[in-house]
Amino acid sequence: MSTVRQKQNPAFYALIAVLVFMSIGPVVLMFANSFKLDVDIISGTSGMIFLPTIRNYEQALCDVLWYEPDHLDFCSLKFGGAFINSLIIALISTVLTLVIGCMAAYALVRFRFMGRDTVSLSTLMVRMVPPAVLLVPVFGLWNNEFCIGKTTLVGGWIRDMFGGRGDVCLAGTHSGIILIYVAMNLPFVIWILQSFIVQVPRSLEEAARVDGAGPFQVFFKIVLPLIKPGLAAAAIFTFRIAWNEYLLASALSDRDTKTVPILIVNNMSEFNVEWGVIMATGMLLAIPPIIFTLLASRQIITGMTAGAVKG
Amino acid sequence: MRIAQANRMTPYLFMAPAAIIMAIALMYPLGYMMWGSLRDWDPTQTIGEAEFVGLRNYVTLWNDPNFWESLTVTLKFAFFVVTFEMVIGVGLALLLDRDIRGMSILRTLFILPMMIAPVVVGLMWRYMYHPTIGTFNRFLESIGLERVDWLGNHALMSIIIADIWQWTPFIFILALAALQSLPRSALEAARIDGATGWQQIIHIKLPLMMPVLIVTALLRLIDAFKVLEVILVMTEGGPGLSTEILALRISRTATEFRELGVAAAMSNYLLILLLLLTVAMFAFNRWQEIRAARQKMAVEEEE
Repeated sequence: MSTVRQKQNPAFYALIAVLVFMSIGPVVLMFANSFKLDVDIISGTSGMIFLPTIRNYEQALCDVLWYEPDHLDFCSLKFGGAFINSLIIALISTVLTLVIGCMAAYALVRFRFMGRDTVSLSTLMVRMVPPAVLLVPVFGLWNNEFCIGKTTLVGGWIRDMFGGRGDVCLAGTHSGIILIYVAMNLPFVIWILQSFIVQVPRSLEEAARVDGAGPFQVFFKIVLPLIKPGLAAAAIFTFRIAWNEYLLASALSDRDTKTVPILIVNNMSEFNVEWGVIMATGMLLAIPPIIFTLLASRQIITGMTAGAVKG
Repeated sequence: MRIAQANRMTPYLFMAPAAIIMAIALMYPLGYMMWGSLRDWDPTQTIGEAEFVGLRNYVTLWNDPNFWESLTVTLKFAFFVVTFEMVIGVGLALLLDRDIRGMSILRTLFILPMMIAPVVVGLMWRYMYHPTIGTFNRFLESIGLERVDWLGNHALMSIIIADIWQWTPFIFILALAALQSLPRSALEAARIDGATGWQQIIHIKLPLMMPVLIVTALLRLIDAFKVLEVILVMTEGGPGLSTEILALRISRTATEFRELGVAAAMSNYLLILLLLLTVAMFAFNRWQEIRAARQKMAVEEEE
């Protein structure tokens, strides 16, 4: 049945072509523009015929380049540093979220214990909290409450080692941003992973337990390898949010811990937008998620449908 | 004996890290926000120094026309976005639910827009909507039409279009998954009985997909209240208040007007709204489970 394909209407293929054009057109446009000089973008020597230049990328990455581009007098855009910050924050928070979320999901699926229903209900509730709602309390807490006094042992040590003034607070550090990302992503990861763990046959775990494996061994050696697709999906979704998030990062970061989205928004709100450079930074920010999508689209789609359809 | 005790402790050990992190970084902040919303609080003060004003922030907001304007914009945005995305997404799923070569490549290309950072999406669309150098106006001029002031007079429509571009694929993929998991027997039976394509869609496919579609719509609705970056980059809430959705207003109240108490109260209003939606979704899920169970019992009794 499936080997014999129905002959489709040509209009059908036209529709698909239009859809593909609409969905990737803007991305391609940005890609093309990131290789154009501002003069070309504004004068509108339109279409795909132009002299590609990597100047925009040179200007964006000037603080990590090993040579000095001769068209630049001054390196104003510290994109390289922000890129590294984004990478650190996104990777660490993804790993932490996965490990912690996986354990919690396993406990929720496999054990009956007191408070189980409350936990799964509140996980679902927390999923709907928008980042904007967290902005005010997180700003207040991270700046004022989650601090170690500079006179205490640890606080004093940190001040001696890294310098700076005042109490040692979570705001402005990588760990501060990572903490809120992990907390924000946990409910979603738990929700997705639950639907994968349910499918692991219980008999397999029981067999391992009969052979003398402890609960932790069962978890790491039997369950984890079996839910790899789920883990991949969850990892991509977490990475995507941590990598793309702007609002909370902008409230919590200082000069040295800025992430890429903050940089882009700051440069957009200036009066004279340098389109070429900003598109280059946008492209650099978009590339990691695009690569993930191309490599693991199957896992993404499974994760998406598992999250919504079976949830 | 020791092993039994260890086993009883296991679930708590597995839950502990997640529970602790969520308590510190989600629950505590939410409580802190409710506490802060009762105070006249600016960013230079700690919460202890801020003056306690009771429900004044809530009352101020209730009487503030700008807040209502912002709420209206948010609701309009959410309503239009979800409606259009559902219609287009489900429509496309029904059209493309065929055995065609390269469907997986197509799906990959379709999910690209939602993986890209909202900031970048805003950036792309701001460029395309640009009054003079933007793609749309250039195109309109080249075919001899007048320019459209996309991000001026039609700002709300423009941000809705951008969101539809980004999130319709989400609905499309979920609807397609739902379609492909429909029981083949029902469709076969309908075809044998001579149902036309439209009849099949209206009487068989849509009713069977309905549960998934409703959950999808609610998920998308909840997410529509989270949209912020795209709008921030495209219009910064302007012109005037025409695209200032609630999330954006919260962040501006906190960072520009430096009124943390009012921003916290506004966050609370938004949270209550979302809470109602989530409860609706949860209740719907429950109701469905019960109905499914009842149907199963009925079938078993017949046998």
